[in-house]
Amino acid sequence: MTEDDLDRNRRHFLSVAAAATGVVGAAAVAIPFISSLKPSARAQALGAPVEVPLGSIQPGEMVRVVWRGKLVFVLRRTEEMLERLPSVVDDLRDPDSTEFADHQPDYAANETRSVKPEYLVVEGSCTHLGCAPLEDFEVRPAEGWEGGFFCPCHGSKFDLAGRVYKGVPAPSNLRVPPHRFVRDDLILIGQDTGAA
Amino acid sequence: MARIETEVGKPQGGFMKWIDDRFPFTKTMEHHVTKYYAAKNFNWWYIFGVLAFVVLAIQLITGIFLTMNYKPSATEAFASVEYIMRDVEWGWLIRYMHSTGASFFFVVVYLHMFRAMLYGSYKKPRELIWIIGMLIFFVLMAEAFAGYLLPWGQMSYWGAQVIISLFGAIPVIGDGLVEYIKGDYAISDITLNRFFALHVIVLPLALIGLVFVHIVALHEVGSNNPDGIEIKDNKGPDGVPVDGIAFHPYHTSKDLVGIIVFLMIFSAVVFFAPEMGGFFLEHANFEKANVTATPEHIAPVWYFTPYYAILRAVPDKFWGFVLFAISVVLPLFLPWLDRSRVRSIRYRGWMYKTALTTFVITFLMLLWLGLQPAEGLYVLLARIFTVLYFAFFLLMPYYTAKDKTKPLPDRVVYHG
Repeated sequence: MTEDDLDRNRRHFLSVAAAATGVVGAAAVAIPFISSLKPSARAQALGAPVEVPLGSIQPGEMVRVVWRGKLVFVLRRTEEMLERLPSVVDDLRDPDSTEFADHQPDYAANETRSVKPEYLVVEGSCTHLGCAPLEDFEVRPAEGWEGGFFCPCHGSKFDLAGRVYKGVPAPSNLRVPPHRFVRDDLILIGQDTGAA
Repeated sequence: MARIETEVGKPQGGFMKWIDDRFPFTKTMEHHVTKYYAAKNFNWWYIFGVLAFVVLAIQLITGIFLTMNYKPSATEAFASVEYIMRDVEWGWLIRYMHSTGASFFFVVVYLHMFRAMLYGSYKKPRELIWIIGMLIFFVLMAEAFAGYLLPWGQMSYWGAQVIISLFGAIPVIGDGLVEYIKGDYAISDITLNRFFALHVIVLPLALIGLVFVHIVALHEVGSNNPDGIEIKDNKGPDGVPVDGIAFHPYHTSKDLVGIIVFLMIFSAVVFFAPEMGGFFLEHANFEKANVTATPEHIAPVWYFTPYYAILRAVPDKFWGFVLFAISVVLPLFLPWLDRSRVRSIRYRGWMYKTALTTFVITFLMLLWLGLQPAEGLYVLLARIFTVLYFAFFLLMPYYTAKDKTKPLPDRVVYHG
């Protein structure tokens, strides 16, 4: 066979067809490898809901629990704490929790960001870069601090409903995980089907 | 007994010929070592490439031995590092060599990169060497980050938490991506296990491959020198650049001195200050990872802090991430940002000299600021130096083209 016998169009067609098939094949093979890095069945199963008994939490006290490896704060707010919530609204970025609909279940998209005003349930993970905020419930009028959460990493501030202040790096309110009251003195975090 | 060269049936040329007929050994050695000609006016700035190679070797060897005793599991990792430090014979030495090596890797690489900026080594025809070098730098950052999670201390955990959360700033896919990187809803045993795989297999393989390509590209175009002139433009009758001397034995013997001095400093740190007052091994990392409490003061290891300071200087999550990412990638474009006719700082005008000096101060200040808490004056300073950092790169096409340059010499010159 000489150069002249080569049908360049056919050669070209064959090369393109082979390359295209190869790309499709490689993409298909990539799927299992890429999927293997997703949270596994066990990781999903371990994300089971956790129960938090409320009986021993005093008013003004907060407990930390771990759900899906994430830190969750359960704060029992006093009457006085709840009364202070409206006073900081002007300094908050998203006081009505309307900007980020996925940051709280619908039943917590209210003024107190909770099912029952008394109990605040939020993820203890700063919405900036994931550090655990510290609680600072002491009111210091001189500093204009009405009590809330402070992130030690980059200085983000949240109020007593986990609502983010303006002018801090965190873009959104603390997330409220799905949760429900099983009884008056028992919360189930991680599950809200049934009753809210 | 003398060998009879002409004996019938015997192979001619001995063992090396037998090899060379089957593998290009002598050819390769000549091309890369004994007949690779580099300028004779190299100064001590030219030691850092070789030193980076030495540190890579230290990291690979100590790393292999650490994996023999380390356990990549959330329940056992912290204890297994303690075990290496206390119960494995010489384990403390191997681990301190590895942890000190990580910091020295960045010291050496930063100085190596600065050398390129001093003498314009990234300029045509060495753009690709620079790009490959920057890729090495990116892989090195990933390698160091993955490695830092492995001891599973407080700083391992929360440092990783902050850095992985950075990707959450990407619109739409951010949250899903963060979960995908972790392989779980939070940083867990699963995350640790995959970071181990990245740290000991994926990234080192990439690193070795890139270093290989870096050197092949370098030996194709030839090394730059402190005068920034092409020694290949002036060759003697034998075809060898008149200003060039063979890498071996001339540069190697000089490099050996540099390596010994380096190892003396390295050993001093390993033996007398392996924690370097919290700079190389942060104090918070001597406590096991705790999901429920972030350390009071959280800062990455020193070699990431310049970029971290830029991240924190921006009071917005998304734009902080954007500026952070750009600040890391920006040096990649140096070959095209620099419009100067000359390479070396020796023949540049006051503008570039001022700019480079300011940049060095800026980089060191950002490094320091990234270690400080993000409050008050520190934030203000970080913002000022962030502007200066970007100004150095983005104004470069202007001031390097405008700058007055001195005439280049025909031959390389010695200074002292």
